[in-house]
Amino acid sequence: MTGFLNTLLFGIYPYIALVILVLGTVVRYDREPYTWRSGSSQLLRRKQLVWGSVLFHVGVLVIFFGHLIGLLTPIAVFDAIGVSHGAKQLLAIIAGGVAGIMAIVGATMLVHRRLFDARVRAASSSSDTLIILLLWIQLALGLATIPISMQHLDGHEMVKFMSWAQGIFTFNSAASVYVADASPIFKTHLFLGLTILLLFPFTRLVHMLSVPLRYFWRPGYQVVRERNHRAPRRRLTAE
Amino acid sequence: MSHLLDRLNFLSRKNTGTFSGGHGVTTNESRDWEDAYRKRWQHDKIVRSTHGANCTGSCSWKIYVKGGIVTWETQQTDYPRTRPDLPNHEPRGCSRGASYSWYMYSANRVKYPLIRSRLLRLWRAERTVKTPIGAWAAIQEDPVKRAEYIRVRGLGGFVRASWDEVNEIIAAANAYTARKWGPDRVIGFSPIPAMSMVSYAAGSRYLSLLGGVCMSFYDWYCDLPPASPMTWGEQTDVPESADWYNSGFLILWGSNVPQTRTPDAHFYTEVRYKGAKSVVVSPDYSEAAKFSDMWLHPKQGTDAALAMAMGHVILREFHLDRQAEYFEDYCRRYTDMPMLVRLVRKDGHYVPDRQIRASDFKDKLGEKNNPEWKTVAIDRNTGKLVAPQGSVGFRWGEQGKWNLEQKDGKGRDIDLEMSLIMDDAHDEVAPVAFPYFGNREHDHFQGTDHDSVLVRSVPAKKVKLADGEALVATVFDLFVANYGLDRGLEDGTTARSFDENLPYTPAWAEKITGVPKDQIITVAREFARNAEKTHGRSMVILGAGLNHWYHMDMNYRGIINLLVMCGCIGQSGGGWSHYVGQEKLRPQTGWLPLAFALDWSRPPRQMNSTSFFYAHTDQWRYETLKVDEILSPTAPEGPWDGTLIDYNIRAERMGWLPSAPQLKTNPLEVAKAAAEAKKEPKDYVAEQLKSGGLQMSCEDPDDEANWPRNLFVWRSNLLGSSGKGHEYFLKHLLGTSHGLLGRDLGEEGRERAREAAWHDEAPDGKLDLLVTLDFRMSTTCVYSDIVLPTATWYEKNDLNTSDMHPFIHPLTGAADPAWEARSDWEIFKGIARKFSEVAPEILGVEKDVVLVPILHDTPGELAQPLDVKDWKKGEIDPLPGKTMPAVAVVERDYPNLYKRFTALGPLMDTLGNGGKGISWNTEHEVDLLGRLNGLVTEEGATKGRPRIETDVDAAEVILSLAPETNGEVAVKAWEALSKNTGRDHTHLAIPKEDEKIRFRDVVAQPRKIISSPTWSGIESEKVCYNAGYTNVHELIPWRTLTGRQQLYQDHLWMRAFGEGFCVYRPPIDTKTINPVIEAKSGGRPSVVLNFITPHQKWGIHSTYSDNLMMLTLNRGGPVVWISETDAKTASIVDNDWVEVFNANGAIVARAVVSQRMKEGTIYMYHAQEKIVNTPGSQITGQRGGIHNSVTRAITKPTHMIGGYAQQSYGFNYYGTVGSNRDEFVVVHKLDKVDWMEGPYRGHAGQKEAAE
Repeated sequence: MTGFLNTLLFGIYPYIALVILVLGTVVRYDREPYTWRSGSSQLLRRKQLVWGSVLFHVGVLVIFFGHLIGLLTPIAVFDAIGVSHGAKQLLAIIAGGVAGIMAIVGATMLVHRRLFDARVRAASSSSDTLIILLLWIQLALGLATIPISMQHLDGHEMVKFMSWAQGIFTFNSAASVYVADASPIFKTHLFLGLTILLLFPFTRLVHMLSVPLRYFWRPGYQVVRERNHRAPRRRLTAE
Repeated sequence: MSHLLDRLNFLSRKNTGTFSGGHGVTTNESRDWEDAYRKRWQHDKIVRSTHGANCTGSCSWKIYVKGGIVTWETQQTDYPRTRPDLPNHEPRGCSRGASYSWYMYSANRVKYPLIRSRLLRLWRAERTVKTPIGAWAAIQEDPVKRAEYIRVRGLGGFVRASWDEVNEIIAAANAYTARKWGPDRVIGFSPIPAMSMVSYAAGSRYLSLLGGVCMSFYDWYCDLPPASPMTWGEQTDVPESADWYNSGFLILWGSNVPQTRTPDAHFYTEVRYKGAKSVVVSPDYSEAAKFSDMWLHPKQGTDAALAMAMGHVILREFHLDRQAEYFEDYCRRYTDMPMLVRLVRKDGHYVPDRQIRASDFKDKLGEKNNPEWKTVAIDRNTGKLVAPQGSVGFRWGEQGKWNLEQKDGKGRDIDLEMSLIMDDAHDEVAPVAFPYFGNREHDHFQGTDHDSVLVRSVPAKKVKLADGEALVATVFDLFVANYGLDRGLEDGTTARSFDENLPYTPAWAEKITGVPKDQIITVAREFARNAEKTHGRSMVILGAGLNHWYHMDMNYRGIINLLVMCGCIGQSGGGWSHYVGQEKLRPQTGWLPLAFALDWSRPPRQMNSTSFFYAHTDQWRYETLKVDEILSPTAPEGPWDGTLIDYNIRAERMGWLPSAPQLKTNPLEVAKAAAEAKKEPKDYVAEQLKSGGLQMSCEDPDDEANWPRNLFVWRSNLLGSSGKGHEYFLKHLLGTSHGLLGRDLGEEGRERAREAAWHDEAPDGKLDLLVTLDFRMSTTCVYSDIVLPTATWYEKNDLNTSDMHPFIHPLTGAADPAWEARSDWEIFKGIARKFSEVAPEILGVEKDVVLVPILHDTPGELAQPLDVKDWKKGEIDPLPGKTMPAVAVVERDYPNLYKRFTALGPLMDTLGNGGKGISWNTEHEVDLLGRLNGLVTEEGATKGRPRIETDVDAAEVILSLAPETNGEVAVKAWEALSKNTGRDHTHLAIPKEDEKIRFRDVVAQPRKIISSPTWSGIESEKVCYNAGYTNVHELIPWRTLTGRQQLYQDHLWMRAFGEGFCVYRPPIDTKTINPVIEAKSGGRPSVVLNFITPHQKWGIHSTYSDNLMMLTLNRGGPVVWISETDAKTASIVDNDWVEVFNANGAIVARAVVSQRMKEGTIYMYHAQEKIVNTPGSQITGQRGGIHNSVTRAITKPTHMIGGYAQQSYGFNYYGTVGSNRDEFVVVHKLDKVDWMEGPYRGHAGQKEAAE
């Protein structure tokens, strides 16, 4: 891979993806609030959905937070608490592997259902089909990195990715150099990951931002919303 | 400002407090999202409109408009109030109407003028070098070119064209047809003017100015109950639904009020709270059954037997064993029961002949005017024979004696004798023969083994007539004998008790109908007892369930007899409530001149559709019903030979029924020929018909000179809904692929018609051009050559009335017609304009010879009083208007057709206006219209006449000319009637003389109409609208032979076919199963069922049946309903796809298996379009058909009678009707569901698939 292409894909593209992710999400939330939904097809067919969806979501959540913590926690923190790179790598392989398998089994069921259940297929937009396919490929790529990681259990490769990720967020103009000689599988995985971030605002993935977590700690079963005194009164006063 | 920024308020406190011990919380989060819900129901304006779906609901609706788009509709609630003791009319409306706005912007909407691409290609090729007429001629005169587009009708292939281009094609086709074949080859089918009067009038005005033919609908739909004209001389007149509330005993018989009269059903519920008793008669557990205190479920099609048994009970208990005073008095004054009937000898006993007339006596009982039309009875006071006032002979040729006062022609008071039963009243007891049909074999209907001729004793009297001594009996005595009631005259064929198995006892009826005799007795007794106590407040609501049988007259007359013998007709809260179709065009007399261009020329051409389609879709070539199967064993001497079409041809010849086309020769040429021969056209036509120089078209419907050539369909779905014998239409009229499975009489080697010419090869494709106007792509549109996009019911101005309520209210444009749509008025105006441009090439001012049948409510109805004579057989001379159709000459100004279309013509000034036998001057109204609509200022033929430019102008013409909407006209009309009756009726309208309802008034609020002599009910503060009210309370005669309710039908053909009196007749055998069942279903589990087509819950006819909202509620496509038992027999489970077929064709639908269904029947709710979710039939190789794919129209000779008082023709008033309930079908599971979604493989390819 030429230096330029590497810089473009892993030095510049991440910023394009992240900007579209953020701005696209904000714009969609403001301009098209009624399109903001998870697009569940449970009403059309329960079959395959419960198992597929639970496996997929549990697996993906573990992977998501694993990547978030694993990539963005400063290396110094691990060093300070005494987690060796090798141990972290091993943890990533085992936890990621188990979660990855759960997620890909779930995703396989969901893909099958989406493509081969006539009702669900008829009700799917192309973005619905595209995103589940991309996620499936991304999961497969992620699992495919395990054998490569097994070849360097000391974790030095992993540190490169952490450095890259943190480099991106710290505006290190040379961040892409960290991954220049990584395995093509890793690179594809990175690229597809960034692409999924880019597509995020245009798909049903936005429902991630609206998980009603507040329900867990909101007091009261009945909610009464006060009249908003700050907003201008639009209602005419009664005569 | 921004939804996101508003939510970025993590630091502020959102929860401002709790309540209910912490179970509730108050918050101050943003509430802006609520605006979304507020905006959902905000709108810019509300417009009043309704739905022209041939729905008697006729509900006024609020149409909401937002941003120029119609968004939704809700029920109007501002109907004028009723009386304090009567519930209001609102709410009116149902789910169907509420879903209408879906159509406007749906994929089904016809958005542009569409034309068959093959036709357009041919046209453009010819048009580059030829004139419009030349181009059309070039296409028509080349059989290859004509076939190219005809053969692919119904198979797609539409392209857009401009209005200008399609109008030119249509105009050229019409002009070419008028010149080449005759204007009466241009046909228009549009039903039910009451649903949108102006839109109907647009097309009919164009056709009438052209000389084209307007087709009837009420009879074709089988909504017309011929029993009504027979009994009352009235097409249909019924109580409004509010009058149900005045009833004490209601029988709902073959009508499903909550499902098909949804907006009126509340009156039924309310009157039950008031204490009325309710009996529901329905074979299935219908939605209405839940209304009942008692649910009777007779075998389908045997209702007449049930009614006869009830009549038997009532006669026994209220007329014979005890004479209820009210009943007897009512029957004496208001029925023909006292009239005398001549008895003649036949086969060793007597048969009832015609009612005797004043002319039968030497002195004609002193009657000089029309003595042969004055019936005779015995006066109780003097014992003398008298001709009581009110009979039809008094109606014409003299004035002041046509009323129901108890007087004879000399003005002497009389009191009529009903029965000769007393020993001193009769001279002898005559054995009189009555026909019995209940013993006829039918595979699916139980009969009894009584003799075909039942001889019963009747007290009779000898009278001296001009031709010698004769034996006579009263109608009452014969009527009672017909019911099989023993009167102590020892004949052995009449019953003393209800338990004897003799026609027509309850025990007998139990065998036929399956209804326990105790229930029959109870219902009859309580019905009559209520009527006696309340003076007639017993009512029967009846409908299509009874009227769609071949022998519907018997079902109806059986019930009418009950009502009449209990004095219920014409009494508030009582009577005959026949609700089938939105036939009540309340401002009818104001509408007629506009609709049929009577302001420019009279008479218009009108045709009865049943006979027309029977002939021109060649259904007659497949007729399986032989005359001797329906002929009475007591029929008078006569040949009674031939087939059903022969009777129709005789009827047309004798002037009984109309004809279209009329003569084999172009009528524009006939007038010329008459002029050349220097003869009066009528004499010329009569003479040429006799000599054979002219031929009536009906005698050879398959000759190309007699084909209908151009057909307009608007406001209708002829091919997707009402077209009985759908596959015959496709094969013979349209000439395209079809699913007909049977073979014609020639192929079968059966008896052929005598009068109709037989062609071994039947024509395929008689129509040159089929033009349909619609807002949605209906089945008819799919088969058309040109489809014109019309305005929806929320995009035009029009008027609407119904028989269910007394209001007139409008359709108004909430938005302009979307895409390129135009209102019907604008469309026909556009065609007229183009026609006037195109036609002068070959048409100028022409003389058109028009044949008119002998019409009811005209002096001509006194045509053939005593006997039936056919001029063709040399029995009598052809006398126009007397023994053959009348002949009129009409001037057609073709170049000025458009100008005439858009202006009110001068005949309104010179001839005035009128209806139902009376007429009045209209100068005042013409003047009013001139000032209202403005006068034509352009030079030319119409300068100075009132304009009719817009649909609102047209509505004002209707409203100004009609007595129902113009009080001044109402008073004039009552004055005119008062002259005839000699009694002053103007008090009914004088309080409203200054009331003039205009279009903007009804836009503001529905208005109650003004009482008018066009109708037999009145609008007042005291009673609801009830039919027959003015007959009973104002003593205005019924428009029948006797002037009274005619219970004995004495016309020769009525007697010949055994229907002089009401009898039970089992359904006919249509013989459509045996020819196909082995070949098409052999070895497969299948079941043969009676095919019934009631009105549905998810549509009004075919409208809404393709509407997504309604489809969602009903399995999304065609369904049929069968019982659990029948489903098991054929191994069908719920929701299976099934094939339903017989020799007429095949249907594919899903099966609904339900406990509600009676075994032996299959319901296919009428008019489910085959354009939605309909797979192919393996049997026909075509897409599954509509409900009418398995039916075929079968005509009945008694409906063809004419020239005889009430049994004279009237448009939609009398004539053959398209019954369809006697049909049976085979049902089996569909093996393979084939959606037939490939590309077109050519006509041959289709045919191969079929084989």
